[in-house]
Amino acid sequence: MTTETVQTSRRGLVDEKLVGFYFGAALLFLTVSMLAGLLMSFQLIRHNPLRGLELFSPGRWRMVHTNAVAYGFLANGFLGCLHWAIPRLTLQPVLDRRLSWLIYAAWQLVVLATAVGILLGEAQGLEWGETPVWVDPVAQLGLLLVAVNFMTPIARMKGPMYVSLWYFLAAFVWTFLTYAMGNFVPEYLVSGTSAGAVGGLFIHDLVGLFVTPLGWGLMYYFVPILTKKPIWSHGLSLVGFWGLAFFYPLQGIHHFLYTPIPMFLQYGAVVSTIAVELVVTTVVINFFGSIWGNFDIVKRNLPVRWFYTGMVHYFLTCLQCAFQVTLTFQKIIHFSDWVVGHAHLVMFGVFTMWIMGMMTYLIPRVLGRDWASQRLCEYHYWLSTVGIGVMAADLILLGLFQGWSWAALEPWDVSVDFSQPFWVLRVLAGLAMFGGLLAFLTNILLTLRSPVPAAGSVPAAA
Amino acid sequence: MFESKSGILYVAGLGFFALAFVSNALVPWLMYQRYPEKQLPELVNANLRYQFEDLARRYPEPFEEAFGKPPGGDVEHNAWWNERCAEALSYGRKLYVGEGCWHCHSQFVRPVSNEDKRWGPVSRSEEYQNVLQRPVMFGTRRVGPDLCREGGRRSNDWHAVHFFNPESVSEGSPMPEYPWFFSGSPDRPNKKGLAMLTYIQWLGSWQESYPYYEAYVPSALIRPEPEPEPEAEAAAETPAAEAAAAEEQQ
Repeated sequence: MTTETVQTSRRGLVDEKLVGFYFGAALLFLTVSMLAGLLMSFQLIRHNPLRGLELFSPGRWRMVHTNAVAYGFLANGFLGCLHWAIPRLTLQPVLDRRLSWLIYAAWQLVVLATAVGILLGEAQGLEWGETPVWVDPVAQLGLLLVAVNFMTPIARMKGPMYVSLWYFLAAFVWTFLTYAMGNFVPEYLVSGTSAGAVGGLFIHDLVGLFVTPLGWGLMYYFVPILTKKPIWSHGLSLVGFWGLAFFYPLQGIHHFLYTPIPMFLQYGAVVSTIAVELVVTTVVINFFGSIWGNFDIVKRNLPVRWFYTGMVHYFLTCLQCAFQVTLTFQKIIHFSDWVVGHAHLVMFGVFTMWIMGMMTYLIPRVLGRDWASQRLCEYHYWLSTVGIGVMAADLILLGLFQGWSWAALEPWDVSVDFSQPFWVLRVLAGLAMFGGLLAFLTNILLTLRSPVPAAGSVPAAA
Repeated sequence: MFESKSGILYVAGLGFFALAFVSNALVPWLMYQRYPEKQLPELVNANLRYQFEDLARRYPEPFEEAFGKPPGGDVEHNAWWNERCAEALSYGRKLYVGEGCWHCHSQFVRPVSNEDKRWGPVSRSEEYQNVLQRPVMFGTRRVGPDLCREGGRRSNDWHAVHFFNPESVSEGSPMPEYPWFFSGSPDRPNKKGLAMLTYIQWLGSWQESYPYYEAYVPSALIRPEPEPEPEAEAAAETPAAEAAAAEEQQ
């Protein structure tokens, strides 16, 4: 693959300092987001230490939780990785380095303004579109600049494009369009049931057309580099990309099944959701084919272990999705904690894990020194993995119990009462995941304070 | 096409996105064109006016502080109440969104899982064609009950106490308290509190009648001692609300 040649000429192409800054911002917002999630989870078990304080209202912090993950953590983490990967893949620098830094600063302001707006009670009523009205145009402009800055090197490059670049190129267009659709159409143009359809499309596309293609694009880049083996099948890569591009955007309405949205549209969303599960299977097969006979690397190489754990979770969530999207499952699981478990399995179990893997690989390179502690790296991995496993299993199971209880017309409080032990376990799982993050942050601090090795020595692959 | 820049940009990037937008967003949008979007003044109905005037009777001082005094003269008087009521409704909806209520309470009754038995009539499209459903408040999770048939089921003072301290009327409730809707005590709701109560009482107030949604008898297997509270509450509330509605219509 082209990756070998790219690696030799990286000097001057990649703004490594910017990558480091993006990672710093990403981890800061992840910390805020996880604390916000913990606050909400303590509220549910009725042990909120900050009760009755307006600025610490759990309802507002729940919105900070989801927005900080999407725009603070995932966006910053991906942008950092893209600043590493795109110049190397295209052998071209980004359009303008000063523009990169301007985007960096502007984006942090967007995220901070969103958080402040939400905490002051200025949120808007659409999941992930809560960004206050005055932030929307700035964020939209930021996304346009990101697209221009990164699409220029892709446009300038000669020769065939590697798989990652297909995903990136499409993702820049999709993210811009998706944000525009979700933050303006249901707020200003349409109301009611059709606003629900647009809103469903927005929350779905934000996962499917912003997070997913950037995530897979980066996997197609980092996995071959770390395993030193090419991707197994180019044909399957093509099927994966085009299948995702066609089927993923058609599913938005599956978030609102059994609403007054026309039934034929609901069926369409269900069918394309099941179709995308088949596509996902080909992608996962392709990646496991790439390390076939070489599974040992998952034990030896921590970043690769993060990536493949994420892929297993990806397969599981998509498999789960193919079932939960059916009307039969929806009767029971809609509105229950099953959905919350599913969301965490995707956002933490897949994309956060991938970013953590890439950070584990890139931070020593950005800082020019080895990890201070391999043991803390392992703690980070295992606490995160066990935490998300327990949380997802706990909430998905609880969701079934809640759904059956509601359908059986038990008094409402029964479902709240029997949720308590599950919610307590969820707090413990969340604390484990947060502990993993703390181990990672400690490790970064220790690494920053460790001496820089003599010039010429390359950090080992973590 | 499959690996070229233009193919990916135009076909996958723009083309497939446009296809999805047309089929999944534009089609329902066009289909519901026949229901015009109701504006704020049209959303004030007799049931809501009754609840709003009840707020003024129950909390005279906080109400006057928040909304002022009605003018004399029948026509002006009536218009004043409608305007203040619309103002409170719209502000209440802003608070409902800003506090993230919609993350734990849904606003639609599905035609499955016995939901119509628990909450009342299944939701219809035209109920959502109004300016307060932009974006729509379908919701995403039910930690607490659905609210789209909540208006009129419980009294204003029940809601006030519940917002001030949910556990005092709903044992074991994980709902947060909202003391910033009040000036110190549950009998002194401030403008935020009054607006919130108005919004909650609006939900479902457009229905012909209020359903007795908790009038079912819990199975003896589920709970050995039947709970008299909610039934008594519903029974006590509903006739009063109906009488009020009749009063408003004359």
